[in-house]
Amino acid sequence: MDDPLLNQLASDQAAIQRPLVQTEALTIRFGRQTILNNISLSIARGETVAIIGESGCGKTLFLKSLAGLIPATSGRILFDGMDIYSMSETELTCLRKRFGFVFQNAALFDSLNIQQNIAFPMMQHGVPHGRSPQHLIEQRLSEVGLPRNVLPKRPSQLSGGMRKRVGLARALILEPELLLYDEPTTGLDPIMSDVINELILRTQSKYSVTSILVTHDMHSARKVADRVIMLYPFSRLKADEPQVLYDGPPETMEECPDRRVRQFVRGEAGERLMEMVAQQASHSDETPFLHDTIARREAQ
Amino acid sequence: MPYQDQTARNPFADPNSFSGRLVSGFVRIANAWGRVVIEGVTSLGDISVFTWRMIIWMVTARPRPETMMPTFYAVGVLSLPVVALTGTFIGMVLAIQSYHQFELMGLESKLGAVITMSLVRELGPVLAATMLAGRVGSAMAAVIGTMRVTEQIDALTAMGANPIHYLVVPRFLACVLLIPALTIMADFMGIVGGYFFSVVIFGVDHAAYLRNSREFVGGFDFFSGVFKSFFFGATIAVISCFRGFHCQAGAEGVGRAATAAFVQSFVMILALDIVLNMFLDGVYYSLWPGGSKLL
Repeated sequence: MDDPLLNQLASDQAAIQRPLVQTEALTIRFGRQTILNNISLSIARGETVAIIGESGCGKTLFLKSLAGLIPATSGRILFDGMDIYSMSETELTCLRKRFGFVFQNAALFDSLNIQQNIAFPMMQHGVPHGRSPQHLIEQRLSEVGLPRNVLPKRPSQLSGGMRKRVGLARALILEPELLLYDEPTTGLDPIMSDVINELILRTQSKYSVTSILVTHDMHSARKVADRVIMLYPFSRLKADEPQVLYDGPPETMEECPDRRVRQFVRGEAGERLMEMVAQQASHSDETPFLHDTIARREAQ
Repeated sequence: MPYQDQTARNPFADPNSFSGRLVSGFVRIANAWGRVVIEGVTSLGDISVFTWRMIIWMVTARPRPETMMPTFYAVGVLSLPVVALTGTFIGMVLAIQSYHQFELMGLESKLGAVITMSLVRELGPVLAATMLAGRVGSAMAAVIGTMRVTEQIDALTAMGANPIHYLVVPRFLACVLLIPALTIMADFMGIVGGYFFSVVIFGVDHAAYLRNSREFVGGFDFFSGVFKSFFFGATIAVISCFRGFHCQAGAEGVGRAATAAFVQSFVMILALDIVLNMFLDGVYYSLWPGGSKLL
C-alpha cells in the first residue's frame, strides 16, 4: 500500500472503527477511599450509553474523569485513541472543543446572561467557520425549545427545566462529538423529564453524537440508551468482584442473573435494609423504624 | 497472661494508671499538634502552587477585557466611597484623640504633622487594605466558592477555559493595581478629616498646621504607604481566591470560605505590615541617617 490515498483511506477507516472513548483499568482513589476500581470500558462512536448505579458508586466521578476534570489515580482514558492524561493543558483545552458537558444543575454562569452563557464555548474556541454566532445561538435555543426572549435573562430568572435546556444548548453550540450528561432528568417533573429525554434522542439523531449519561432514572435510561452500564459502590463489593455489574442493552436488565441489578432496576431496597439494620445496631440498641419496615415487608 | 506481664514490666502501658494517662495525654497533644503542622505545611504548599500557576497564567495569556472590566469596577469604583468615608472618620478620630494631649504640651500646631504622618505611612494603607479584604476579599471567596459548589468551575474547565486564568488573574490584577488608588483616597480623606477637626473645630492655626505637615511628611513616607499597599492587595487576592477555590460543599462551606478569606487576609496584612515597615525603615535610615524630627 504505497499509494498515499489508499493509506489515508485505511487510516480513516481505522479511525471510524476505533472506539471514541476507552478506559483502561481506570482507578480513582481519594486518600484511602477507592471510588472507582479497575474500570475498563469501550464506547463506540454514535452509541448512547447510560451509566446507572446507586448514590456514591462513582458515576459522576467517572463522567468527570472522562472530561479530564478529575485526575485518575491509575489507568488510562483514551479519547479517539489519544490518552487524555498524557496531554498538555493546551492540548486538552483544544480537545475539549470536541466534548459537551451537561451538568446536573446546568452549572450556568450566574454573572452572564443566557446569550453569553450559550456563546461561552465560542468565546474560548472561536466561532465555527462561516457561521454567524448570533444565528448559531438562536438555532441551538430553538432546538431545545426555548424562545428568543430568554436570551437577555439571567440564569436565576429561569426554571430548573429551562436552565437544563440552556445547558444542553450551550453543550451543543460547537457540535461536539461526545456529549456527557450528568443526571439530566434529576429534580424535574415527569413531563419536563420526558422533554429532556426527547431532546437527548433528537440530538442523537440530528448530530449522530456519542452520548454518555449518568442517571438514576430507569425510565430515562430505557428510553434513550442503546447500552446500560451499572456500577456498584466499591466499598460494598466482595473481594475480586468487578465494579461493573451489568453492561448490556436496557431490555435484558431485568433478566440479569445478578440480583443487585434486578433490585436496582425494580427500585427495591433488598438487602440494603438488612445492612442498614446491622449498621444501626452496631451504633445503638434501638432500631424501631427499620425493624418495623422489615416486619411489614415480611408480612407482605 | 501476656497483658499483665507487660503492665507489670512497664507501668506506662496501663492506661488506667497515672503514668499511663500522662503518656496518652502527651500522645494526644503531640498528635493534635502534628496534625496542625501537617495541615499548615500542606496549605502553604497548596497556596504556593496556586500562586505560581496564577503567575504563569498572568504572564502567558492576557485576560479578556470583558472579564477585567466588571472586576475592576467592583474592586475599585465600588470600594471608593467606603474607603473614603472610613478614611475621613479615622482622620477626625486621630485629631480628637491627639489634640488635648498636644494642647497640654503646647504643641497643637504640630498636630498636622502627626495626623498626616500616621495616615500616609500606616493608617491609610492598612485601612484601605482592611476595607478591601472585608468588602471585596470575602465576596471573592464567596463567589468563587459558590461557583465551585455549583460546578461552574468544572463547567469552565469542561469548556476549555482555565479557571485560574478566567477567575483569579483579573481579580489579582484588580486588587494589585487599584489598591494604591484606594490607599491614596484613604490618605487624602483622612487628612481632610483631620484638618477639618483640628482647624475648624479646635481652632488650630491653619498656616502652622499645613507648614508642619509639609515639613515633617516627605515623599518617602507617601511612597512607603503606597508601596506597602501593593503587597496588601496581592495578599488579599491570593488568599481570597484560594479560599474560594478550596471551598467545602454547601452553604456552610461557602460561609466558612468567606470568613477565612477575611480573617487570614487581615492577619497577613498586619504581619506583612511589620515586615515591610522594618524593611522600609531600614531603607529610610540608610538614605537619610538623621531622619526627620518632630521637635
